[in-house]
Amino acid sequence: MMASASISENMNISACMPNRAYHYSLRNKSLNMIRAVTSLRGIAFVLALGVIIPILLIFSSFLQSEPKIWQHIVDTLLVDLLKNTLMLCIGVLAGTFVLGVGAAWLTAVCDFPGRKFFNWALILPLAVPTYVLAFVFIGLLDFSGPVQTLLRTNVVSSLKWFPNIRSSGGVIVVMSLALYPYVYLLARNAFKTQGKRVLEVSQALGHSQAKAFFKAALPMARPWIASGLMLVLMETLADFGAVSIFNYDTFTTGIYKAWFGFFSLSAAGQLSSVLLIFVFVVIIVEQQMRTKIQFNQVGKMTTEASRIRLNGWKKWIAFGSLSAILLIAFFIPCLQLLIWFVRSISVELDSRYIGLLFRSIFFSSIAAAVITGLGLFMAYIQRQYSDFTTKWTIRLSTMGYALPGTVLAVGVVIMVSFADRQIIWVIKEISGIQLNSILNGTIVTVIFAYTVRFLTAGFNSINSSMFRITRSLDEASTILGVTGLNLLRRVHIPILKNGLYTAAMLVFVDVMKEMPITLMTRPFGWDTLAVKIFELTSEGEWQRAALPSITLILAGLIPLILLNRKSERTTI
Amino acid sequence: MNKLIHTLIFSFSLFLLVTYSSAAFSQEIAVYSARKEHLIKPVFDLYTKETHIKIKYLTDKAPVLLQRIKAEGENTPADLLITVDAGNLWHAANQGILQPVNSDVLTANIPSYLRGPENKWFGLSLRARTIVYSTERVKPDKLSTYEDLAEAKWKERLVLRTSKKVYNQSLIAMLIKEHGEKETTVIVKGWVSNLAAPPFSNDTKVMEAIIAGQGDVGIVNTYYFGRLVKKDPTIPIALFWPNQSSGGVHVNVSGAGVVNASENKAAAIAFLEWLSTEKAQQVFADLNMEYPVNPDVPINPTVASWGTFKQNKINLKNAGENQAAAIMLMDRSGYK
Repeated sequence: MMASASISENMNISACMPNRAYHYSLRNKSLNMIRAVTSLRGIAFVLALGVIIPILLIFSSFLQSEPKIWQHIVDTLLVDLLKNTLMLCIGVLAGTFVLGVGAAWLTAVCDFPGRKFFNWALILPLAVPTYVLAFVFIGLLDFSGPVQTLLRTNVVSSLKWFPNIRSSGGVIVVMSLALYPYVYLLARNAFKTQGKRVLEVSQALGHSQAKAFFKAALPMARPWIASGLMLVLMETLADFGAVSIFNYDTFTTGIYKAWFGFFSLSAAGQLSSVLLIFVFVVIIVEQQMRTKIQFNQVGKMTTEASRIRLNGWKKWIAFGSLSAILLIAFFIPCLQLLIWFVRSISVELDSRYIGLLFRSIFFSSIAAAVITGLGLFMAYIQRQYSDFTTKWTIRLSTMGYALPGTVLAVGVVIMVSFADRQIIWVIKEISGIQLNSILNGTIVTVIFAYTVRFLTAGFNSINSSMFRITRSLDEASTILGVTGLNLLRRVHIPILKNGLYTAAMLVFVDVMKEMPITLMTRPFGWDTLAVKIFELTSEGEWQRAALPSITLILAGLIPLILLNRKSERTTI
Repeated sequence: MNKLIHTLIFSFSLFLLVTYSSAAFSQEIAVYSARKEHLIKPVFDLYTKETHIKIKYLTDKAPVLLQRIKAEGENTPADLLITVDAGNLWHAANQGILQPVNSDVLTANIPSYLRGPENKWFGLSLRARTIVYSTERVKPDKLSTYEDLAEAKWKERLVLRTSKKVYNQSLIAMLIKEHGEKETTVIVKGWVSNLAAPPFSNDTKVMEAIIAGQGDVGIVNTYYFGRLVKKDPTIPIALFWPNQSSGGVHVNVSGAGVVNASENKAAAIAFLEWLSTEKAQQVFADLNMEYPVNPDVPINPTVASWGTFKQNKINLKNAGENQAAAIMLMDRSGYK
């Protein structure tokens, strides 16, 4: 008998009994069905389905046709929207790749002054929402902002050469600065845990350092970098806050135009479905391209002594470029926010902020716990069973990240309202009590919506770390008598720790910054800091929005630094 | 293992406690509001002080609130819907979310062009979308109408807010009603060719651009002007009331309606009626430097100092009826 309990679910113990009648009796069939549903795989399936349904509800929008709106969009808007979106995606992917991978390589592998500081500091921009970075940069660099005003009054009166921040270049730069930490985190994980042997072999075979990087280290880090870039792509496509502030028309602003302008949720749903299909295709293409490769080199990348020491001008370039990134992406925006905050402190600061802060942290913590747990579970199922249904169900359940927040929230609210009505009906039948709502308008809806949206963030990094756990490791443990939960606890979790902490961190910060879903699903009196920022910025009160922004950033920083420190201390 | 189970049970109970601790008590009015919290809370607090009826509220964008009410269906907790544009109110009524309210108080206090058809919604405060200009570079006698801003003399001097904002959509809807689509297209195309910079995402930025010299003239809502002047009374911009010899200045309302599925209809109507009375009107309007809808209520002195003007009296339901046409027109004309 196999020792591993979970795998034996599928073992048919009737193999020992040749009696055909036993095989096909109805009782046996239904037992098998119950066993299938309550098995771990079944539970995972049901949970994944729960996450997928709101996404599928979006597709149901095709049931109602909206020819006039589609006609208008195709005639007037589509070309521009697609062009802008393509430019934005390519630009941001390229920008985050260069920034993220470059920074990850320098801090994980090389040695230069300030390396230890940059190692954790480069994550800091993760705490800053893209929409905050957007209004800070525009506030700083636009025609009427302090920089240009200063230059005009003191240096030169005509500033035609000054780059226009409210342009596609501006959006790309701002979003790249806001999103590179995703790639940085995951690439850093990869480079840190890669075996150094690959690099050494590569160099022994005659490659220079640079070539070894491009031909050996980089491809080996592919799943991590790809995961990071997928997160970036989906964030970029789904973003509405930042592009609205820039008044930059993307596909998502088209979706919102259909909804907010033409009041056609069906057209908005149809456009969202197109977006989802596109993202889906990209995910599949990416995954197909890497199925054949093995990525399970395990081992500490470098001890302190064996890092690549940068010399002379190289180390100053490293120091300088990383400082520049940090300054522009984090310290200067925070400084501007502080200045605005000080100016508006009398107007804004009051006791409500403690409640706002508490609720933001509350939502983030619960979501982080739920999603990391669920992500771990899904990653395990993905690893154990690689059949068609499981693979595709899990793939579908991670698509929520690409949906614009409010659209996804609609799917969630519809689903929860429906479920609510059924539960209320059941309770009425049983006990005669007529309740108004059970799940609707509670924080369950909110957490559920967060799960549908952010499962990817939790799942991806854990899934990538799963690659490190080889079959031979499992088999060796089984031989040594370590199985089941023990196997999980003593062997798997230590290897996965890095991925788990990264997942928790990403989800926590993402939920802190999240705005549209929180706005739409929150119960009465459950405003968060992000909601406050929305209220103020939508009224054009950017300076007053500085206080909740700074609070949000600081609140996100603390778990960020803590979790980062914990993941750094892991042995592998 | 025991410890784990205990922790789980404890956390779950805590979770349930938090989730259901604010279960509704029926002497409350629930409001879904597109008007931001800091502009409604003082009014709500005042009502609670006077009547001891608590008001709980949620804020979000109007179309999202509409969708939320629709998705929640019969079980929606909302009693009242407050929005900041007549177009949004019209859509709410059109989608069957609001119910007609027969109230003599409301019909007496609120003029008919600021009330929705079948009395499904009521304007509660009025704002004008008017021309703002730089006092340093523009002489007021050069300004006349919205349509005039399309003339070549304003080339590279006009700054506008994005067409995506519902206030501009309602303005264009008014122009469509007055001139028809063809002529309005010419006007909007003229605006676009006169732009000094790509459209801004909010009115405050429009005014800051004029102050900094990026443009000379723009179109904004009166209360944004008021807020900026309040912060710094020395800024070199001023309001101009266009179209005085034709239709009048474009006005819009922030208003409310009673939700169809509301369980607290009487309380909601009572609150609405209170909002149309003098004291409430003053507080409501003053919070945001707007004009009260009740013609018997005196206007705040600061707001009155901007001058009197002829309002466009087209029924505001037009803002909703022509909204889709307005958006398509702006898209076709290249007004982003």
